[in-house]
Amino acid sequence: MDSSTKVGMKEEEERPHVLVVDDSLVDRKIMERLFTNSACKVTTAENGQKALELLGQGEDKHNNINHQGLKINLVVTDYCMPGMTGYDLLKKVKESCDIKEIPVIIVSSENVPTRIEKCLKEGAQEFILKPLKQSDVKKLRCQMQFTQPMKGRLCMGR
Amino acid sequence: MDVVSQLQRQFVEHATSLYREGYLDDQFTQLLKLQDESNPDFVVEVVSLFFEDTEKLLNNLTTALQQESIDYKQVDAHVHQFKGSSSSIGAQRVKNVCVVFRNYCDEKNLDGCLVCLEQAKNEYLLVRNKLEALFNVSL
Repeated sequence: MDSSTKVGMKEEEERPHVLVVDDSLVDRKIMERLFTNSACKVTTAENGQKALELLGQGEDKHNNINHQGLKINLVVTDYCMPGMTGYDLLKKVKESCDIKEIPVIIVSSENVPTRIEKCLKEGAQEFILKPLKQSDVKKLRCQMQFTQPMKGRLCMGR
Repeated sequence: MDVVSQLQRQFVEHATSLYREGYLDDQFTQLLKLQDESNPDFVVEVVSLFFEDTEKLLNNLTTALQQESIDYKQVDAHVHQFKGSSSSIGAQRVKNVCVVFRNYCDEKNLDGCLVCLEQAKNEYLLVRNKLEALFNVSL
């Protein structure tokens, strides 16, 4: 295995995994591209319920064999969604023992100070106005602290 | 000038006029930047999704505004969605109509809403034609 392959594999393991939650297909596609462009792995969900299932917090979590869910390093959720809003999802994440450490970013097309305050108070890491730009994502990427499981492998050398 | 550069220049000229006339804003530029060799159809794909989404939204809006008893909250929810998606792809004139549209929803002003619906349909068709022409030039 040459050194470039080794680097490729290491990068694959270290890419943070972002969960993008938005009811708009257009926005999911755009955000997926933005984050993939910033060397992240992306999973998308169209609503809060699906997001919680992916995080291992679905209603059947006790019956679910894969109850641990995906190893997500960052949740980015739209605020305005029918049913469970981004705020409701944020609350559920922060109230859960397993996943409350995962940073949650709220995105919204509306600049409503009381809304922003409410989300930050509930533990959102940041509130960003839509539409997102590459520069927003680059900043997030730099800020991201992520804990990746070691998977019992050490990367020796470079 | 070889064919590729000629096409690229045509694309840029065409796109520039769309910005100048206010059909597109900087968000569209952001989308263009996201396209590369590994994702060569990204912009066309996103724009196609926008078209599909819009057709549904416009149908829903038309139906909602034809009801005996209009649910303005529902109408507003549709317009909010439309505003969001048009903003995401940079369809500036469509987005601007949505802003006015939402005000009329707040006021429960049916006439205003109907005028805005017509305007939204027109602006959508305009930008749709222009984007389709733009991509034909670049292919």
